[in-house]
Amino acid sequence: MRAVIVGCGRVGAGLAAALDRGGHRVLILDIATSAFDRLPSTFSGEAVRADGTDEDALLRAGAHGADAFFALTEGDNRNIMAAQLARESLEISTVLAKINDPVRARAYAELGVATLCRTTLMTDTLLGFLGLVGSGDPPIHHAKEHAHPAEAAGDATMAPAPAAIRMVGEG
Amino acid sequence: MFVIVVGGGKVGYYLTKELIEAGHEVVLLEKTRARAVQISDEIGSVVLSRDGSEGSSLAEAGANRADIVAAVTGDDEDNLVICQMAKHHFSVKRTIARVNNPKNELLFRHLGVDEIISPTRMILGAIEQDIPVHELLHLADLGSGDLELIEALLTDGSPAIGRTSGELPMPEGCTLFAYIRDGKAQQVRPETQFRGGDKVIVIGRRECEDALRGTLIGEDEEPAAV
Repeated sequence: MRAVIVGCGRVGAGLAAALDRGGHRVLILDIATSAFDRLPSTFSGEAVRADGTDEDALLRAGAHGADAFFALTEGDNRNIMAAQLARESLEISTVLAKINDPVRARAYAELGVATLCRTTLMTDTLLGFLGLVGSGDPPIHHAKEHAHPAEAAGDATMAPAPAAIRMVGEG
Repeated sequence: MFVIVVGGGKVGYYLTKELIEAGHEVVLLEKTRARAVQISDEIGSVVLSRDGSEGSSLAEAGANRADIVAAVTGDDEDNLVICQMAKHHFSVKRTIARVNNPKNELLFRHLGVDEIISPTRMILGAIEQDIPVHELLHLADLGSGDLELIEALLTDGSPAIGRTSGELPMPEGCTLFAYIRDGKAQQVRPETQFRGGDKVIVIGRRECEDALRGTLIGEDEEPAAV
């Protein structure tokens, strides 16, 4: 799989490193080169200093036609815009934006962008830790227009299984 | 008319003031508290110190009965989200976004923003009309971004004048495919001989621009003293 990640914070860097270890091709963008210090020295993907909300910059970095796109910066609106750019202009169908405002997270799933809401995720986890019931909202709202990638037929590459097992499954 | 203005910079401030003077009902959302207080000291209590891209702020401002939402912050991504939330969450009839990066115009329109104002584009247009066009003019990007459509006006001094298309040293990957003479577009053939005043249309890779300039425009001259 070829994945594009915008935002090299802890989550972005962690995801990039994990996908890279799993043998996937990773392109990670951040507006500050210092952010790439979070990547492990073994990282073999591409790290490019670029603004993930700038179409030209994304094209130049080679994001067009990737299999998956994750917008994980600290700005909800930046993530929303990057994700919609990816879907509309970069022809990427599996697109996820981290949106910390639960209202916007729900609204944008309806507009075709899968959203991850850290606020809901953490609140519900904390309530669960206390043995209490959370909001019942899922941590990821799936985009209304396309299927969850792991459910999509034949796409086993998203599953976090080791390469050897995947090959047996596909063979 | 009930208008919600989001973003209390210079544009939002003067817009709000003008709209009030014209007798419209206005609410201005400005997320920086100090700036919101400053504006409300000057033009009265029409200012809410809220982030306009949050659903709850738009609700508080009365978005469900607004005729127009104008997103005029300095950040394109905020303006996009404000308009989309207004449109899809509050069914606002008309949304207006200020766009700084002219490349975003198409995306915003595609994503449902009704009206897009690009100061960059406007100023660029004014400048391009003012200067004589003897440079290569970028017309559009093609395909995945590597190729572009370029127009070149052949003026006196262009090495292409008097030569045929077949004789011109074209950079690899560039195609001369049409020219405009006397207001008529014509296809370029190998035997087409160019004249001064012809506008030549080329498809080529961006990195070929310099070579293309040498072929069609000639060496850089010092601009004439004004």
